[in-house]
Amino acid sequence: MWDYSDKVKEHFFNPKNAGAVVDANATGEVGSISCGDALRLTLKVEDESEVILEAGFQTFGCGSAIASSSVLTEIIKGMTLDEALKVTNQDIADQLEGLPPEKMHCSVMGREALQAAIANYRGEEWKDDHEEGALICKCFAIDAVMIEEMVWANKLRTVEDVTNFTKAGGGCAACHEDIEAILEKVLAEKGEKFDPTAAPVEAPAKIAAVKAPMTNLQRIKRIEEVLESLRPALMADGGDVELVEVIGNTAYVNMTGACNGCQMAAMTIAGIQQRLMEVMGEFIKVVPASEMAKLVNIEVA
Amino acid sequence: MTDIYLDNNATTKVDPAVVDVMIPYFLEQYGNPSSIHKFADGVARGLKQARQQVQALIGCEHDSEIIFTSCGTESNSTAILSAIKAQPNKKEIITTVVEHPAILTLCDYLEKEGYTIHRLPVDKAGRLNLESYKKLLSDQVAIVSVMWANNETGTIFPVAEMAEMANAAGVMFHTDAVQAVGKIPMMLQDTKIDMLSLSGHKLHAPKGIGVLYLRRGTRYRPLLRGGHQERGRRAGTENSASIVGLGKACELALEYIEYENTKVKAMRDRLEQGITEQIGHCFVTGDMYNRLPNTTDIAFEYIEGESILMLLNKVGIAASSGSACTSGSLEPSHVMRAMDIPYTAAHGTIRFSFSRYNTMAEVEKVIEAMPGIVATLRKLSPYWEGDGPVANPEQAFAPTYS
Repeated sequence: MWDYSDKVKEHFFNPKNAGAVVDANATGEVGSISCGDALRLTLKVEDESEVILEAGFQTFGCGSAIASSSVLTEIIKGMTLDEALKVTNQDIADQLEGLPPEKMHCSVMGREALQAAIANYRGEEWKDDHEEGALICKCFAIDAVMIEEMVWANKLRTVEDVTNFTKAGGGCAACHEDIEAILEKVLAEKGEKFDPTAAPVEAPAKIAAVKAPMTNLQRIKRIEEVLESLRPALMADGGDVELVEVIGNTAYVNMTGACNGCQMAAMTIAGIQQRLMEVMGEFIKVVPASEMAKLVNIEVA
Repeated sequence: MTDIYLDNNATTKVDPAVVDVMIPYFLEQYGNPSSIHKFADGVARGLKQARQQVQALIGCEHDSEIIFTSCGTESNSTAILSAIKAQPNKKEIITTVVEHPAILTLCDYLEKEGYTIHRLPVDKAGRLNLESYKKLLSDQVAIVSVMWANNETGTIFPVAEMAEMANAAGVMFHTDAVQAVGKIPMMLQDTKIDMLSLSGHKLHAPKGIGVLYLRRGTRYRPLLRGGHQERGRRAGTENSASIVGLGKACELALEYIEYENTKVKAMRDRLEQGITEQIGHCFVTGDMYNRLPNTTDIAFEYIEGESILMLLNKVGIAASSGSACTSGSLEPSHVMRAMDIPYTAAHGTIRFSFSRYNTMAEVEKVIEAMPGIVATLRKLSPYWEGDGPVANPEQAFAPTYS
């Protein structure tokens, strides 16, 4: 059985706001019946102020899906729609005192139902853009679809590459066989053969060649500029990023706000790394600052 | 209320009589069975007796046909890998879509290595089509591996008949019988089954002990090499305490086999009847007329299994489910999908599996608890309104994929 927090159990055994709101003027329906989780969120929104007066849920799903739905309705009641749009899946998970990695998608479903309901109220069409695959890396909650996309996008060739770009496989290492299987599959689709001893992926050589070497100060400034340009997008999702240190070709960053502990953080970091490499024309590794602490400790010891 | 355990197809309680016979092998007769001293002089006798007790339960001709292993999965892997190693020119394997992962995952792996895997489909009641099976049998097939009884629905496959057909075509036949042994009578010496896997913890012996039955004369290649144990067919120091425990458990299973098929079956039938009579929109899955006596798998439509289990657990009732969420996968049980059970029902399947330790009083308590649990969850379901499902459920609630 899953190790659910007391908060999850509380919301599962005594769900709040169960059922449809009677005279709702906003409805969001998301989920996947094949995966076994689906949710209808109904809201009553005051037209003048756009305040959510009432929220109700109907959920087909497991314990954490029902708990996530219940806690979501509690969070958003009394918020304006704009405030509600800032609620992240991490907020939902935090309110539940955490969810097992296999169950984080329940909190994502809650957030998406909310977005769908608000879009419905505003007469917009809501479209989901993320696809979920089988969970591969349990340490960092990275699924197969994400790994496949990164392998395609970044021409990854080895398990080490995948770990560098997605974090998958960087913990207990039990999923390395599964990651190799993904590499074999994607490389076969590209007409290549998986070679476990292939050299790690470097930045595209042609960009690197045309850039003159920078001083360390220039590099740090440049890295900061790139991060600055990415911040608005992160803040839109309730997150943020700050540069902590640059050592060699490794940039240590703090993922804050909703990014902190989010299962998508690894993806975000990989995205930042990609952008940095494009702009800088050199191989830059982006690593959470928490990793730096470990490094320092090792050196001190 | 004391807790009610109805998850005996997952694992069972070790019979106290089994524990009793095991203890001396931890504290007194703990010597290595290969040693020549008094700490070991009784062990060989204990192992021999256990071999005969297993032999009696499965009805094989010789006790030397029993190979002790560490679990059902090891027995399954040994059987299939042995068959392909012994017959390197044969590159096909026949199995079914509803096997346990111990077989299916191994077959998936062998498929990558270049083997052709024929996975026999099942119909809506979980039954095989023997005509299509017959067509697949050829001299290219290294082994047929078909479970005796399905772990989720309890559906029994005609393995004796299928073994005859394989034998006539010169093909080896293995059956994963971990759910069947001890629940239905068997007499292997009257069949053409070449190999059979069983697992101790499914029949009130401890976890970590299994058996591969290997018909005398069947070509064989060991999985583990390294010692003379099990006549060189499975190296590794004997798990003497567990082997002796398994022997006792087999003796007891044989004693109780009639009880299993009368009293235990009556409890299962009463539970099934009590639940399906009281609760609408639920149905029994699998082949109702050809099942293990201890198993029922009921699909509760429009609600999800893990939620049901959590509410059952709260009132002290243990069962299991075929929903995706209980395993953390993205699909409900492959057995439910193979029978074409719709998603809205497949995720709501609950398996109740009995043992001789259950009582009719427990059954009545479960019958009392279930309607409230199902109603609670249906009240939360987007497919449910008032006393019944919404009209055209699939259209009424069609969420955006997320």
